[in-house]
Amino acid sequence: MIKKFFHQFASPKSYFAIANKFGKPVLVFFFLLYLGALVWGLFFTPPDAIQGDSYRIIYMHVPASFMAQILFVVMAITSAVFLIWKLKLAAYVSKSIAPIGAIVTFFALFSGSIWGIPTWGTWWQWDARITSTLILFIMYLGLISLHASFENKDKADKFFSVLVLIGVVNIPIIKKSVDWWSTLHQSASITLTSKPTIDPVMLYPLMFSIVTFIGLIFGLVVLSSQNEILKREKYKSWVKNI
Amino acid sequence: MKKDRKKRLFGVLLIIGSSCLGIGLILYALNSNLDYFLTPSEIRQSDESVVLSSNTRVKLGGMVKKNSFFINENKVNFEVTDFEDSIQVIYEGLLPDLFKEGKGIVVLGKYNDGIFYADEVFAKHDENYMPPNLELD
Repeated sequence: MIKKFFHQFASPKSYFAIANKFGKPVLVFFFLLYLGALVWGLFFTPPDAIQGDSYRIIYMHVPASFMAQILFVVMAITSAVFLIWKLKLAAYVSKSIAPIGAIVTFFALFSGSIWGIPTWGTWWQWDARITSTLILFIMYLGLISLHASFENKDKADKFFSVLVLIGVVNIPIIKKSVDWWSTLHQSASITLTSKPTIDPVMLYPLMFSIVTFIGLIFGLVVLSSQNEILKREKYKSWVKNI
Repeated sequence: MKKDRKKRLFGVLLIIGSSCLGIGLILYALNSNLDYFLTPSEIRQSDESVVLSSNTRVKLGGMVKKNSFFINENKVNFEVTDFEDSIQVIYEGLLPDLFKEGKGIVVLGKYNDGIFYADEVFAKHDENYMPPNLELD
């Protein structure tokens, strides 16, 4: 039964139907919740003892940086699924993640720069964390242009997926960069192994902003993948009947 | 799992594995060159090396030593320490807002005869966040 469910869900047609039903409501739902998280973080939390009010950009910077990395991991998983099982839907999803990942990564870099000016006294330094995130941004752009440069889209999917798998090694490097080398960027406040070094009054809105941002971005990915399905399968009879 | 799928799974693992290996070797070779700053003891130990000749700009990082800050003829003086060794820093210019004794700092400049002449000063803040009334020290 599970196998049957997967077979059904994996066909672009039934995925499209489900996505069409739930995609937009989920996106709007998480968008509103994320706005709520921002309001909570910006207006209903105390300032930081050292950084004052400038730390509040954490409620944008951390969700964006987190999603920038998670999206690449998701893209690597869908790419591997595409390469192994030849599942077209997985390739469509992979391809539609790339532009969203690029925007989110840009936002992570941008918000980090804004945060850096009042705290570090500089908006850009070539330390390991910042540089590896810039590489992530460039990889997203490279993937987008690689896919666009192929006339034959099936071939594009294949090369795209292989490049994603090569690039995914950058993700643990970004994650561990602050521990492996000396950096200007501080190390992680929230880890799986030890107690968060951020006070609960700030931790809860931060967690809420991360969770709602995940929902918001995945909503966008679903919408974008619907678009990709329509584009790629436009000659199929079920698309013509929409 | 079907035979051809197994083959492709192997291919996927091979791509990831060789990518990890390649990048891993590069990072291993670069190792300390990827460090953003040197600590006071690292600078002292490599005193004679070409890298630290008086014309090369390097970054020095550590904590601002407590009770070491003073201003003399419009120049800021303080010591940067890694709790093993410390280096006297002289700087003329604006300090970042987060500059404070006992807090992290990175200075960019030239090291000459035991004194570090800084061109730029960056404050390094840590990963602790708390409301003002809970600050312990």
